[in-house]
Amino acid sequence: MTDRAKVWGVHLLVLAALFAAQFLLPSYHVTNLARIMVLAVFAMGYNIAFGYTGLLSLGHALFFAAGMYGMGLPVWHLEWLSLPALIAGLLAGGAMAGVVGLLALRTAGVSFMIVTLMFAQAGYLTLLYLNSWTGGDEGFVVARSGRVLLGFDLATDTPRFMAAFVLFAAGLLLCLWLVRSPFGRVMVAMRENEERSRMLGYDPFRVKLTALILSGLYAGAAGAAYGMLFGYVGATFATIQYSILPMLYVLLGGAGTVLGPFLGALLMFYLIDITSGYTDAYLFVVGAALVGLVLFAPKGILGTLRERALRWLP
Amino acid sequence: MSFGPFLLLAVLEGTVMAAVLALTAVGLSLVFGVMRVVNVAHGEFYMLGAVLAWFITYYLPFPPALAWLAALIIAPLIVAMIAALADTLVLKRLNYDPEATIVATIGLLYMLQQAALTFYGSDARPVVAPFQWRIQLPWFGYSGYKLFVVLAAVVILAAVWLFMTRTKVGLVMRATQVDRDTAQAFGINVDRVYAGTFALGGALAAAAAVLIVPIQQAHYLMGHDPLLLSFIVVIIGGLGSIRGTLVAALVIGLSDGVISMFFSPTLAKIIATLLVALVLVFRPQGLFGARA
Repeated sequence: MTDRAKVWGVHLLVLAALFAAQFLLPSYHVTNLARIMVLAVFAMGYNIAFGYTGLLSLGHALFFAAGMYGMGLPVWHLEWLSLPALIAGLLAGGAMAGVVGLLALRTAGVSFMIVTLMFAQAGYLTLLYLNSWTGGDEGFVVARSGRVLLGFDLATDTPRFMAAFVLFAAGLLLCLWLVRSPFGRVMVAMRENEERSRMLGYDPFRVKLTALILSGLYAGAAGAAYGMLFGYVGATFATIQYSILPMLYVLLGGAGTVLGPFLGALLMFYLIDITSGYTDAYLFVVGAALVGLVLFAPKGILGTLRERALRWLP
Repeated sequence: MSFGPFLLLAVLEGTVMAAVLALTAVGLSLVFGVMRVVNVAHGEFYMLGAVLAWFITYYLPFPPALAWLAALIIAPLIVAMIAALADTLVLKRLNYDPEATIVATIGLLYMLQQAALTFYGSDARPVVAPFQWRIQLPWFGYSGYKLFVVLAAVVILAAVWLFMTRTKVGLVMRATQVDRDTAQAFGINVDRVYAGTFALGGALAAAAAVLIVPIQQAHYLMGHDPLLLSFIVVIIGGLGSIRGTLVAALVIGLSDGVISMFFSPTLAKIIATLLVALVLVFRPQGLFGARA
């Protein structure tokens, strides 16, 4: 089998298994899986910036929240329907990433991390400050009219799972195509050696900004979908914790692998779900996982697997 | 109350804030200066100091003043040990890679927070102030303890400054800061310097917390604001520059006190965070630092 066939085979197989899961699993896990797929889209976006382009951001919650509020606010205040609101959320995530990128990409490394962290913090505080518009800390419930997409009621199990699945499948295939395209190779070149790529005639600023905007579009789409599928928009989703989560998923699954973010989200979600049955110390699990990963497995599960055995894994 | 006394009160509150902030931020700045890493768990060292102070004053059968004094000595020591342990077990193995260290200290932050929540609980608890003098001004009475906090912070900062500039150990630390490899070539045990620096940084944050805990209560989430403010101070003062950090702490502490009293505290924080982001983008050496 050629590598090309193996790559497509593996990814289509994962999608087929996920599609079948809704008929095989009990409804509790189907809802969980819908949530995981939306979070995985967020993490895939994070992976485009961090895993492939080497931009370690601590502010992705801002893009996620931009998508969520970009969808939720028009539904609430302007009574938009779900489809235009969803597109507004997607674009809001990309636009926010563009604005942040224009400023933050003038820095690199640790400064880039702190600048993105500060922008995200300012965004979170702004949501609290404008509480008459945004609902502040309490947030708001998305109206029924905003939760019916193309005639399907997203508050019910099957359409919700299908909507999450379609978004996830689109995100995964797009990501697979992107990282194997010439532009994807240039992104990796930026991660590996920015100076040498510049010498070869590529413009690092433009490449990194494009990657960050793509990443923001993913985060925006995930934020908008999360608000629409689960019916709630709140400032919690703009806190630093939601910048850390996608990083954790990506580090666990494997930075710079297409399936890594999903695998990380799946494992982390169930790890927290299972441990919270025994103890309420789930923050400890998150913390220990972060420390353990950077210490013992900085490449993550799929990254290590690719190094040892499956060299063709994208 | 008319405008003048109101402003005086705001300035007094701002000075107390600036003093505590300076202690916390100097700890962060020292760690960044010598080790070139950003410690995101710094706020949790502060929180641990306050929580430990509560445990010590609650369980030691001493009068409040003596118990508090014991806390001021014991809490920073315990935090310093935890910090040194974290350095040896985690940061050293990461070779102090800047980005990996940030991820690891985020992990440390969550673990310490959860430990506090599990063993201390989610309540905010007060620590009795060591003494209860009140200074009666013509317009309002002011807590004598708060002025003592300012004095104590100045004394501790002066001690740190003397330690860094006048002692052999301080000299070794500064040598490591300037050039790690050369220092090692001259027989300096860099590993021990790093562990010591990380411990000193943690101890300073803990000391700041013990000073503040009779005014604010101890709570497991209290590390968040000091961390953010210390970041702001350290960056505006110029990363790694102790003098810049002190000036910035004074400016930020005072203006935060005044702005929060006259306008919304949230607005003050939004302005401060955006300012920091823009300073890092356009003036990475800080507003006061001459060179990076």
